Amino acid sequence: MEPRDVFLHVRGEAVFVDDALLPAEHLFAAIRTSHVAHGHVRSLDIAPAMAVPGIYEVFTARDIPGENQVGKTILDEPLLAESEVHFVGQPLAIVVGESAEAARRAARAIQVEIDPLPAIYDVRQAFAEGSLIAPPRTFSSGDVESAWEQCSVVVSGTVESGSQEHVYMETQSAFALPTDRGGVKVVSATQSPSMVQLVVARILGLPMHEVEVEVPRLGGGFGGKEDQATHWAAMAALAAWRLKKPVKLVLTRHEDMTMTGKRHPYLSDYKLGLDAEGHMLAYEVTFYQNGGAVADLSPAILERSLFHATNAYAIPHVKAVGISCRTHLPPNTAFRGFGGPQALFVLECAIFKAAEALGVEPREIQKRNLLQDGDAFPYGARVERCRQRRCWDVAEQKYNLQAGLKEVRQYNGRNAWRKKGLALMPICFGISFTSTFLNQAGAFVNVYVDGSVGISTSAVEMGQGVNAKIQEVAARIFSIRPERIKLETTSTSRIANMPPTAASTGADLNGHATRLACLDIVERLKDAAARCLGKNAPHEIEIRDEAVYASGEATELTWEKLVNLAYFDRVSLCAQAHCATPDIFFDRDTNKGNPFAYYAYGTALVEASLDCLRGTCSIDAVRVVHDFGRSLHPLVDLGQMEGGIVQGVGWMLLEEVMHDADGRLLTDTLATYKIPDIHSIPGEIQVHFLEDAENPPGIFQSKTVGEPPFLYGIGAYFALLQAMKAFRPDAHIPFSSPMTPEKVLLALYPGDRPV
Amino acid sequence: MEDSPRPAAFILNRDDVSTSWPAERMLLDFLRQERRLTGTKEGCREGECGACTVLLGKLEGESLRYRPVNSCLLPMGEVAGAHVVTIEGLNGEGLTPVQQALVDAGAVQCGFCTPGIVVALTGYFVNADRWEAQEAVSSLDGNLCRCTGYLSMKRAVSSLCSALQPPWKNSRDVSPAMEARLEGLVQCGLLPGYFLDIPRRLTLLREQGEHVLPFDPRESTPVAGGTDFFLQHRADDGRPKLFFLSSREDLRGIHIHDGVCRIGAATTVEEMVRSEVLAAILPHVKEHLGLFGTTAIRARATVGGNLVNASPAADVAIILLALGATVGLAEGKKRRQVALKDFFKGYKLLDKAPDEWVEWVQFPLPSRNAAFHFEKVSRRPRGDVAGVNSAILLEVDGGVIRHAHLSVGGVAPVPFYLAETVKFLEGSELTLEVVSEAAAVAQGEISPISDVRGSADYKRLLLRQLVLAHFLTLYPSLAGKGCLHGAP
Ligand SMILES: Cc1cc2nc3c(=O)[nH]c(=O)nc-3n(C[C@H](O)[C@H](O)[C@H](O)COP(=O)(O)OP(=O)(O)OC[C@H]3O[C@@H](n4cnc5c(N)ncnc54)[C@H](O)[C@@H]3O)c2cc1C
Ligand code: FES
Ligand code: FES
Repeated sequence: MEPRDVFLHVRGEAVFVDDALLPAEHLFAAIRTSHVAHGHVRSLDIAPAMAVPGIYEVFTARDIPGENQVGKTILDEPLLAESEVHFVGQPLAIVVGESAEAARRAARAIQVEIDPLPAIYDVRQAFAEGSLIAPPRTFSSGDVESAWEQCSVVVSGTVESGSQEHVYMETQSAFALPTDRGGVKVVSATQSPSMVQLVVARILGLPMHEVEVEVPRLGGGFGGKEDQATHWAAMAALAAWRLKKPVKLVLTRHEDMTMTGKRHPYLSDYKLGLDAEGHMLAYEVTFYQNGGAVADLSPAILERSLFHATNAYAIPHVKAVGISCRTHLPPNTAFRGFGGPQALFVLECAIFKAAEALGVEPREIQKRNLLQDGDAFPYGARVERCRQRRCWDVAEQKYNLQAGLKEVRQYNGRNAWRKKGLALMPICFGISFTSTFLNQAGAFVNVYVDGSVGISTSAVEMGQGVNAKIQEVAARIFSIRPERIKLETTSTSRIANMPPTAASTGADLNGHATRLACLDIVERLKDAAARCLGKNAPHEIEIRDEAVYASGEATELTWEKLVNLAYFDRVSLCAQAHCATPDIFFDRDTNKGNPFAYYAYGTALVEASLDCLRGTCSIDAVRVVHDFGRSLHPLVDLGQMEGGIVQGVGWMLLEEVMHDADGRLLTDTLATYKIPDIHSIPGEIQVHFLEDAENPPGIFQSKTVGEPPFLYGIGAYFALLQAMKAFRPDAHIPFSSPMTPEKVLLALYPGDRPV
Repeated sequence: MEDSPRPAAFILNRDDVSTSWPAERMLLDFLRQERRLTGTKEGCREGECGACTVLLGKLEGESLRYRPVNSCLLPMGEVAGAHVVTIEGLNGEGLTPVQQALVDAGAVQCGFCTPGIVVALTGYFVNADRWEAQEAVSSLDGNLCRCTGYLSMKRAVSSLCSALQPPWKNSRDVSPAMEARLEGLVQCGLLPGYFLDIPRRLTLLREQGEHVLPFDPRESTPVAGGTDFFLQHRADDGRPKLFFLSSREDLRGIHIHDGVCRIGAATTVEEMVRSEVLAAILPHVKEHLGLFGTTAIRARATVGGNLVNASPAADVAIILLALGATVGLAEGKKRRQVALKDFFKGYKLLDKAPDEWVEWVQFPLPSRNAAFHFEKVSRRPRGDVAGVNSAILLEVDGGVIRHAHLSVGGVAPVPFYLAETVKFLEGSELTLEVVSEAAAVAQGEISPISDVRGSADYKRLLLRQLVLAHFLTLYPSLAGKGCLHGAP
């Protein structure tokens, strides 16, 4: 959202996929899905659908010319189900008609008979029955088994964390246009244009160059369009390619909620041992991840849980096991944090329980164990330029922790029915794709003869501000006004083999690629200027604020003149560059390596208020000290911080995904699945940008900030727990998120449920 | 009846529009498909997200009122004779102050929610006599944004409210005349200049009577705000012919007569919230009904719709039950009355013939020493249907409860009147023990089920807590007197 984009947005002029003007005779697709969680498809009768007026065609798996496969690393996901269905909402057929209404009516008319098979929804059952997506993985360091003896306190238990629906405001959408060569152009709201291209080519049996995928912008993604935008794009492509007509497919909110996967719910068993001073010595954790019916990104997400099992703490003896369970729910998928939040939550629960056992406050254990330079993560990486303790200390001082605690105590003493709680939440999040090969990106920079600039990169703009940052990078390298620089749509025809825009890497990878491409052009421009001016060597030329200087002296050349002159001098004004994050590696056999370019650090103070009569809670304040490096765009970063925190708090306290006993989604509309509204957000969010925080690997010393803020939301859970304990110190509070008003009330009044 | 409806005439942004789109189709589709006004977005089609917000301007007597509404739930039949304003209709050459403030505050991320936010916020400034940040923030209660976390929007609102003064400020408490208001709004750039001519153009439309839709009420289903109806009758399910109750002026309004307060069935929740008549009887009505839906839903949802839809947790129904209300029904020329608590017979079963309409609901004015209170707990504090809600009316004299009404929602197939509990309360002393016991009596009357709004156990517990909350709110001094069941 560069300034021009923002201008279009506030005027409602920005075009999203569903807003684009299509050729007059375009058609609409709708999907028929399975109503059974697991079963054999006995029959699928499309005749009634074909009888609906305005219907052109119905496509099933048989109509796929190429491979019926949308899986990425693990090839276990058909685009359209064949003989078996594996979750409620799994697509069976595509109906194409002259209107979306007609297509939906026809989709409903299809007669489907499915013989149900036993279905699994629970991870323990899946594990017991060996229903796994991939073999379990173990990250370990030290020797947990022998470490338990050295501990004065060992706590153990189970932690449940809930799912979360993305609710990107723009639902999944795509349209496809047949090309004259027999290929297809797809306009898709995806975070992974290249993945869409690959899959469409595979489905249609075409070489990838016959498939162009373009992404104008997304109305939010949050990971939900990393892997799961592909299906709808592929379906539109299949229909358009078969019918030789443009076809649009836009899911309704209800369809989107029922057909797509969400954040993975986890069930985790932990065991944490500490010495008498509160040093964490040994930590053992097993994550049971509910992957849903197919692999999707589950193994990668689980891997990140393992990387972040110890969050911001140094623990010498660790054994973290990750088990990805195959169940009959829609395939769960990427969501901001990518398995990190689930892992952090478990350890914070363990710390909360250990604090009770030791008779101290959780913050004392947290503080005692914070990472510092020289510490190592269980996967071997050493911590450098660690700012964990600094963030904590600054937060303590800046937000006056002691005074805050005192106020809370006094408030709780004064009020019988209202209690407050305060918790700290330190976070540490590794920046890079954990699959090393994905850490590459391309940029393509065109300077036009009038001095305007167009930039294509691998990045997809979805509100995270990556385009504003890339524009800033190019403006700095060229030293020209940002308004001269346009960020193009993302297209597979301009950049090949893009990584998804994900893992908070967008600004770094694409920023660096853009920087390199711009530097190339600057070099050539300096050569041209030197040639033109005659007296200077290229290295004495400088472009500054749209003017050209030679050995520090102003010349008659401006940016525009220089560009024009270079053109007539037959200098190339386009450059392509590729960036690959240096010095990262990871060995999946030993589970050791250095997978991250750097880490984001920070600490939040979270204050909660509890109405003990009604069981309702509000977050009064979230106060953060965060390491943004040297922020490239403070307004964008602040927005990411606030938005991420609110989403994180939503995950912890409000948002609840529920299914019935047959695997059907119950919370299938925004009437029953509630996300934060303007009244339910923290009363206050303060963000302090940590000072003196250069970050050499980041673009212009910055740190990216997409995912880490989400993690602060976890603090809300523990602030609420503190408030609950203030009301009822003996309360037994299960570690189970979201901590809804229902769970709160039942925990505050245990056992005396009225009859 | 003939099947070729006369075209509906209305003003869409700057344009006069005449269309024969069916009256029961949604404005959102007309805007996006027919007019290609794609600034209005579809985010949910169920009134939950606000991405589709438009302003609906209607002449009301001598004044022109613009209401933010969800175009995904607004049938074409409602726009006849009105001025529909979409984001495109607010755009001028540069940015309006609202747009600029959102830009400056960084309140635009993916931008999908943004047009709806601009429209809703502009709607606030257009409607409010005084511009106050807190109320302006509340005007966004129906606009979901998944990206920003709303903090930047709040900043935009406060900078707007401190930078902008209503140009009609001098005229203190009196609402400025329509012309003066429009002029002021145009002057500060909130509205484009063409708005100045809208009252004249709407009057012309009214005189031409073009907006009156032909229909035969006997063959049609009545629809009021449509905020339940259109969720239950989705676009492509083939809707029945509709009769739009909003055209029945006589079914609207709140009046007191002979010790009775009567509310017309087509009165909206917003009108109840704003009603001075009601506020004089129920001083906290604004707070209580502020918990109902969102600004855009309150602008459309009606009392009659709430009662006839008879959702077990219907807020208006719960409030009216505790006021001892009576429903007035009409079928043709026939009229009859039924006590509200007898109106609800079973899950979505009413003491109402299919062709009977609710004309009004009325309740006796509570006596001077009566106290009224409403409680609602939902998963999300605002803009959510209650897990359990409850209302109470109490008359206490000399420490004894003389008269009581108590209702509860979400724990029975219908909005429920707790008759046994009321019987127990009446004549009892006002003590905590009595309250605890009343809560226990209530448990015997209800039959909650587990669903997305909570488990049966939870709802039982919550009802007990809300009964306590009623008494502790109305009689805070009770807290110190005796032991509360459940308190640690
Ligand atoms: C986003 C959203 C939020 C909501 N939040 C709340 C909430 O917080 N609390 C709550 O209680 N409800 C809530 N609702 C539900 C709904 O808004 C209310 O029930 C509302 O009062 C219904 O009124 P209406 O005028 O829109 O009814 P309509 O949808 O117009 O009508 C509902 C039914 O009643 C019939 N009907 C309407 N008027 C009459 C009449 N006078 N005589 C005979 N039949 C009639 C119609 O034929 C229809 O069957 C919400 C709805 C939405 C979409
Ligand atoms: S589309 Fe969401 S409220 Fe209308
Ligand atoms: S900016 Fe993306 S939903 Fe609001």
